[in-house]
Amino acid sequence: MKADGDILLTLAVQFAIMSLLALGGANAVVPEIHRQAVEMRGWMDERAFADMFAISQAAPGPNVMLVTLIGYHVAGVGGALVTTLAMCGPTAVLAHFLGRTWDRFKDAPWRMAVQAGLVPISVGLVGASAIVLTQAANHNWATAVITAVTAAFAYWSRLNPLWLIGIAGLVGLAGLV
Amino acid sequence: MSEIAAPPSSQTPIPSHADIFFAFVKITLSGFGGTLPWTRRMFVEQKRWMTAEQFNEDYALCQFLPGPNIVNFASVFGSRMRGPTGAMAAWSGFLLFPLAMMLVAGILYERYSDVEAVRRVLGGIAPAAAGLIIATVAKMAAPMFRKLGTAPFVLLATAFAIGLMRWPLLLVMLVLAPVSVALAWWTRR
Repeated sequence: MKADGDILLTLAVQFAIMSLLALGGANAVVPEIHRQAVEMRGWMDERAFADMFAISQAAPGPNVMLVTLIGYHVAGVGGALVTTLAMCGPTAVLAHFLGRTWDRFKDAPWRMAVQAGLVPISVGLVGASAIVLTQAANHNWATAVITAVTAAFAYWSRLNPLWLIGIAGLVGLAGLV
Repeated sequence: MSEIAAPPSSQTPIPSHADIFFAFVKITLSGFGGTLPWTRRMFVEQKRWMTAEQFNEDYALCQFLPGPNIVNFASVFGSRMRGPTGAMAAWSGFLLFPLAMMLVAGILYERYSDVEAVRRVLGGIAPAAAGLIIATVAKMAAPMFRKLGTAPFVLLATAFAIGLMRWPLLLVMLVLAPVSVALAWWTRR
């Protein structure tokens, strides 16, 4: 059993740090999760990482639940609870305290500069996620076509993304990938 | 807060801890593909626990805060209604169902991910999920590239450092966040 205290502690610390750096939500920390889980610690390979991200996108509920899958894979039920609480706890406490004081600084120039400065970083982080996930999920021309076509449809049409996920799953099942 | 119209929250009683808890459970049960529209409909239009203005302001704060927006929103809302314990009621109500569901998904994945049919479906879905993120970032980035300013450079620097160079997030943020805020400060009008 690999769910010893050391692994749980590592998960708790790493995901708590990540949660406080997750500007723009869960998608912003996908590259960092990938760096830790695949590149540094070898908890999983590229395929498993891409699979888990895909499941977290296809399932109902917030994207952040990717960390639950990662935690379960690494250290079972205990790991899943630790990663989920570490990812969702610290920022909830921060939100609780800031929710009370934030309104007071609504028109302060420094608040506008902070907001204006952090927005491009949060978009850049999602861009980094797109790069990491595209590399993790693509291994031949057929998958590259799926990525490109899905991106084009999601960008230019108002189709519910779940349709795109479902169609891609069928294309995969048919053995075309 | 708002002098334009009488805020509905002054007419409706403050929700109890159980109300808050089950409101968020219900949101996660109905929130297939994005919980924001459901949250808004329930809180502003049905229960009238907050005005549209309050919702927008709280949501803006939660987008600005690190971490999952909607989890932050649960915390801000619960704490506004019932203090710290209200925040905990909202937070646990929000996490209960997704956590249980993802545990089941995790168990199924570990058991069946090597089955040929599952392998194939996931092999199709994974590149599609990557495509969805590309579209998301394209939509977010487009307005920044349309106007002059430093934002596109910061955006590209972040994507380069994290996405291509795979540098540690903490180090990159410690460098880029102050630089970007300073740029925003100097170029503000």
